[in-house]
Amino acid sequence: MSKQVNLERRRQAIYGWLLLSPAALLLSLFAFYPSVATFWSSLFSKNTRRKPSEFIGSENYADLFADPTFWLVVKNNLFYAAITIPVSIAIALAMALWANSKIPVRGFVRTAYFTPTVLPMIAAANLWLFFYTPGLGVLDQIGALFGLPSVNWLGQPETALWAVIIVTIWKEAGFFMIFYLAALQTIPEDLKEAADIEGASRWTYLRRIVLPLLMPTTLFIMVNAMINSVKLIDHLFILTKGGPSDASKLILYYIWEMAFAFFDAPHAAAMTILVLAVLCIVAAIQFFYLDRRTHYQ
Amino acid sequence: MTGAPFVILKDVAKRWNGQLGVEEISLDIEEGTFVALLGPSGCGKSTSLRLLAGLEIPDEGQILIDGRDVTTSAASDRNLSMVFQSYALFPHLSVAENVVFGLKVRRVPRAERAEKMARALEITGLQGYESRKPGELSGGQRQRVALARAIVAGQRLCLMDEPLSNLDAKLRNSVRKDIKKLQRDLGITVVYVTHDQTEAMSMADKVVLMKDGRIQQVGTPDDLYNRPVNTFVAEFVGAPPMALIDSSTVDGFEPGFTLGVRAEHVSIVPDGKGRLSCTVSEAEFLGSETLIGLNHAGTTGLSVLQPGLSLMPEGAHVDVTFDDHNLHKFNQEGERLAGT
Repeated sequence: MSKQVNLERRRQAIYGWLLLSPAALLLSLFAFYPSVATFWSSLFSKNTRRKPSEFIGSENYADLFADPTFWLVVKNNLFYAAITIPVSIAIALAMALWANSKIPVRGFVRTAYFTPTVLPMIAAANLWLFFYTPGLGVLDQIGALFGLPSVNWLGQPETALWAVIIVTIWKEAGFFMIFYLAALQTIPEDLKEAADIEGASRWTYLRRIVLPLLMPTTLFIMVNAMINSVKLIDHLFILTKGGPSDASKLILYYIWEMAFAFFDAPHAAAMTILVLAVLCIVAAIQFFYLDRRTHYQ
Repeated sequence: MTGAPFVILKDVAKRWNGQLGVEEISLDIEEGTFVALLGPSGCGKSTSLRLLAGLEIPDEGQILIDGRDVTTSAASDRNLSMVFQSYALFPHLSVAENVVFGLKVRRVPRAERAEKMARALEITGLQGYESRKPGELSGGQRQRVALARAIVAGQRLCLMDEPLSNLDAKLRNSVRKDIKKLQRDLGITVVYVTHDQTEAMSMADKVVLMKDGRIQQVGTPDDLYNRPVNTFVAEFVGAPPMALIDSSTVDGFEPGFTLGVRAEHVSIVPDGKGRLSCTVSEAEFLGSETLIGLNHAGTTGLSVLQPGLSLMPEGAHVDVTFDDHNLHKFNQEGERLAGT
């Protein structure tokens, strides 16, 4: 009897490990090992012809903290995240609510909203580059109709980051809408009817019933939006290259520049580790704090 | 109870393109009564209820509740409550929050809210479950939460859309009694949709039998059982349903109409002495009695009840008889003939 139980248990264990191993292998190869290696290389000095690489501990980190550009980039990215995350979530929710209601051209509306997601970021950035171009661009042409002066949206420090933010929101909102739309369709129709009979207004129904039921989706989207606010930088290469005078430079772009334009791998590695640490902490807060207040069906 | 009926539906119709909705629904409901809308699925009983609730707006006709024309009013303005088939409880809210949701929305003061909730939970026997989520309750408990939510506000009209269909048979019987008692104790008017005639017949003061979007008969359970207005009602109401016999197969009747007779009025007699000579098609032991299904050309649904266990072999020969005064007569269109 106990022999059979043992055998069964061992079989379960083998089965479990077999299921785990593909993901574990790939993650180790492409996520865990690179992270550790990055951390390791962030502790060494840059290898130049005159001075070979040597262990310098946290010196690379100290350099970063003393670098005003680093702080500017951090500030830019925090601002970028603080605008793109809530605005794209709010727009996604509004679009999903509308696309989920009984409107005549529902299929068209849904497709239209989703189109930006299908476009590659580089293509989207090129589109927007055309919109933003002073003189020729669509924005300027529309402005000219109302007698407004030409604005170089991407070329001045005051507007460059905003221009990048708008492209990101435009790109992301449709993608998040799909998740909201799917979640909305799992809410039974009769909850709305019950709320109607109880005398709840549309707004009360949204606030007291729909939003709480969408919380798991919101949480998921929030984590995704946060990660995107750090990792989605393709459009910077086309639109501003981080300029003018670093006004639209985001952290990952700076890391890329550090590593492949200035060939300063150790500082890039140090910055990467900082970003990873911050992302881990924020994701942990989101999952552990908000998760407890979320109703899962 | 005097004066105009509490709820009036006048020639109400609702059509969906191509699909059959309801037609010519006219119905008076007295205050404090229990009315059951009964019929096979797709007969329009749920549609009628939803029209009354304000979840659908009729294409034609008029709906009055308590003397007020509410034909196009929003559901929230009709001062009624509803129990849904699926209960429609809010899954993320606790039992207490579910029950007082409507009171909160209508800005009832906190103290009054607590008092009404305590009473509703007491009536439905849900004390101690206040902080549970619907997902942590059994089907019967969820059903009671839906009931508590329906009665907490003290609305005088309560609509119920097949509230028992998700419960098992045993629970259904006890909840049926609870609902009836609740309705009588609170003195509220209940409109109850069901496809189960046992529920309708046992609970309702008035049964509305529907078919294909039209009302077939409105009356007391006694009316429907003993004086069906047409063959559809005769065959729908009662278990077993009324047997229909072509009049030409029975001696002493001229052909051209249909006779109806209930199983309890049919009796088995010795060979050669019966009015019909049939073969046994099935025998079903029901506990206190045995239902024997009979075959005879020109009849449908003919059966006879025998006390206790008295199974008969399939194909056996039986002679049956019945008294003329127990017969119902219908014309060729299936309408009940006057004077029978």
